[in-house]
Amino acid sequence: MFHDPSARQLKRSGKSGLSRDRQYLLMMLPVLIVLILNDYLPMFGIVVAFQDIRYGNGLIQGILHGKWVGLKNFEFFTATPDAFLITRNTVLYNGAFIVLDLVFSVGLAYLIHELGNRRLSNMFHTIILMPHFLSFVVVSYIVYAFLHVELGFVNRLLQSFPGADPVRWYQEPAYWPFILSLVHVWKYVGYNSIVYLAALKSIDPQLYEAATIDGAGKWKQARHVTLPLLVPLMIVLTLLEVGKIFYSDFGLFYQVPLDSGPLFPVTNVLDTYVYRSLVNMGDISMAAAAGVYQAFVGFVLVLGANWLVRRYDKSYSLF
Amino acid sequence: MTKAIRSSRGGNALSPAVNAAATVLLALGSLLCLFPLALVLAVSFTPERVIALNGYSILPAALSLEAYAFLFAEPLRIVRAYGITIFTTVTGTAVGLLFISLYAYPLSRRDFRYRRFFTFLVFFTMLFNGGLVPRYLVYTQLLHVKNTLLALILPLLVNGYFLLIMRSFLSTTLPEEALESARIDGAGEFRIFFSIVLPLAKPALASIGLFYTLRYWNDWFLSLIYITNDRIVNLQYLMYRVQLHIEELQNASMQNMSLQAIREMADIPSENVRMAMAIVGIGPVILAYPFFRRYFVQGLTLGSIKG
Repeated sequence: MFHDPSARQLKRSGKSGLSRDRQYLLMMLPVLIVLILNDYLPMFGIVVAFQDIRYGNGLIQGILHGKWVGLKNFEFFTATPDAFLITRNTVLYNGAFIVLDLVFSVGLAYLIHELGNRRLSNMFHTIILMPHFLSFVVVSYIVYAFLHVELGFVNRLLQSFPGADPVRWYQEPAYWPFILSLVHVWKYVGYNSIVYLAALKSIDPQLYEAATIDGAGKWKQARHVTLPLLVPLMIVLTLLEVGKIFYSDFGLFYQVPLDSGPLFPVTNVLDTYVYRSLVNMGDISMAAAAGVYQAFVGFVLVLGANWLVRRYDKSYSLF
Repeated sequence: MTKAIRSSRGGNALSPAVNAAATVLLALGSLLCLFPLALVLAVSFTPERVIALNGYSILPAALSLEAYAFLFAEPLRIVRAYGITIFTTVTGTAVGLLFISLYAYPLSRRDFRYRRFFTFLVFFTMLFNGGLVPRYLVYTQLLHVKNTLLALILPLLVNGYFLLIMRSFLSTTLPEEALESARIDGAGEFRIFFSIVLPLAKPALASIGLFYTLRYWNDWFLSLIYITNDRIVNLQYLMYRVQLHIEELQNASMQNMSLQAIREMADIPSENVRMAMAIVGIGPVILAYPFFRRYFVQGLTLGSIKG
C-alpha cells in the first residue's frame, strides 16, 4: 500500500498542468507589474536629471529626444545657495532627531517597563503612542492652535506675563529648530520605544536576580545589566537611522510650518525642495537633479551603514 | 514568560519614591500627548465670539455646536471626502494584502528556484529609488492617472517592508506536511494558497492590514501631487485645504464676499470650524485606536522575525 509519488507528479500538480515554478511566477505577476511601474520604470526616468527638458511639451517625447546636457543640471543645482542650505538642514535635523530619539525612547521604555503598576504603565504607553497615528495635516492643526499669533494658546499664555510680547511664530525662523524637534519627539517617541520595550521584556530575569544577590541596587542594575544589554540594539538602530540621514520627513517640514516662506531658511530640506521645484516652479530638471543627488548619496549611506552593522553584528544587518 | 518577569519583580521593584517619580514623569508625558487634542476639541465647541475674545482656550467660557452646525449645513464635501478616503483605504488594503501575500508565498518556499532573485527585486526598491520626479513623470505622462483614484491607491499598493514581514511569517509558520499532502491530493499552488496559506496567515494579515489601513487613511501627500480636481478630495486633503483657506467650506454666497468682509463678521464661525474639521477628521482613528493598538504592536514584533 506504499504509494511513492513520482518526481513528475511532485513537480506538476493541479489541473492547469503548469510546473510549480510557473505557478509561482504567475502568482508573483501582480506585484511584479506594480514594482515595475512604481519603482523600476522611474529608475530609468533618472535620465531626466541629465537632460534639458521643458515642461509641458510631451514629456515622454522629451525624455526620448531630450537634449543631453550631462552634469549641467547638477552644476546649476550646486551653484544655488539652496543646495548647501537644504543639505545642511536635512543632515542637522536628522542628526538631532537621532540623538533625541535614542535618549527619549530608551528612557521612556525603561520607565514604562519598570513602573510598579502594570495597568498604569500600559495606559501611559497607549496614550504616548497615540500621536503616531495622527497624520501631519492633523498635527499642523494642533500646532496652529498653539502658535496662532492672536488666538494661539502660547501667545495667550505669554500675555498673562507682564512685559512678554506675543511672538509671530510663523514669521520667526529662530524658534523653529526647537519647535520641529519637539513635534518630532512628541509624534515618534511612543513608536520608537516599542522595540526597546520588547528588548527589555526579553532580558532574562535571572540576571537581575544574580545582580540582586551580589548586592546591586536598582540603579546599579540599570547601569551594569540593562544598559549593556540594550547597547547592541541601540547601536544597530542608530546606524540604520544614519543610513537614512539624507531623507527627511516631508510632512513635518512641509505641513507643520504651514509652508510659510519666511521660515524656509530653517524648514527647507531636500524633500521639500524637490517637491517645490517640481510643483511650484515646474522646474523638472532641477527637481530631478536634486532628487538624484539625494538618491545616490542616500544609497551610499545605507550601504555604508549596513556595512558597519554587519561588522558589528551580522544578525541585525539588512543584507 | 511575562508571568516569570512579573513574579521576579516582587523583591526587585523600584523603591516607592523612585516609582512615584517615574509615575509623575509618565503622567506628564501622557498629558503632553492628550492636552493638544483636548485643546482642539475644546476650541471646536467654543462659540466664535468667545474665541475672538479669549483666544483658544482649553476651558471655554461658553459651549456651542455652531461650528459643527456650520460644517454640516452643507455636508456634501465632507461626506464625499469620507467616501473617497474609505474607498481608497478599503480597496488599497484588500488588494495590497492579496498582492503581497501572493508574492510572499513563493518567496517563503525553499523549493522555489528563483526566490533569491525575486527577494532581491523587492529588497532593492527599499534601498534605492528614482525619487519623486521620475515617478511623477511615469504616473502623469505614461499611465495618465493624474486626478484619478488610481493615483491614490497604486503608489502605496506594494510595500517592500510589509512584503518581507509576510514572507518571514509564512516561512516560519506554514506546515510543510500539510502543503505536501495537498499537492499529493492534486491541489495546484493557487488552490493551496487560498485554502491553506491565507487562513494560516491571518495574524500577519491582521497586523499588516492595519499598517496598510493607517497609511491609506492618513495619506495626503499623493493628493498634494496628483489631485487638482475638486471632486477627488479625500479627507486628509480636505483638512489640508481647509487649513490653508477656511473659505473652502463656505457656501457660494459667502464665496462672493471678500475674505476680509467675512472675517469682520465676527459671528460667522471660522476658527472653531477649522478645529471642528480637525476633530471630524481625527474622530474615527482615535475612536478605533484602543481596539487596534494591540495588533499594531504585535505587527511590529512580527517584523523582527528573521526569515
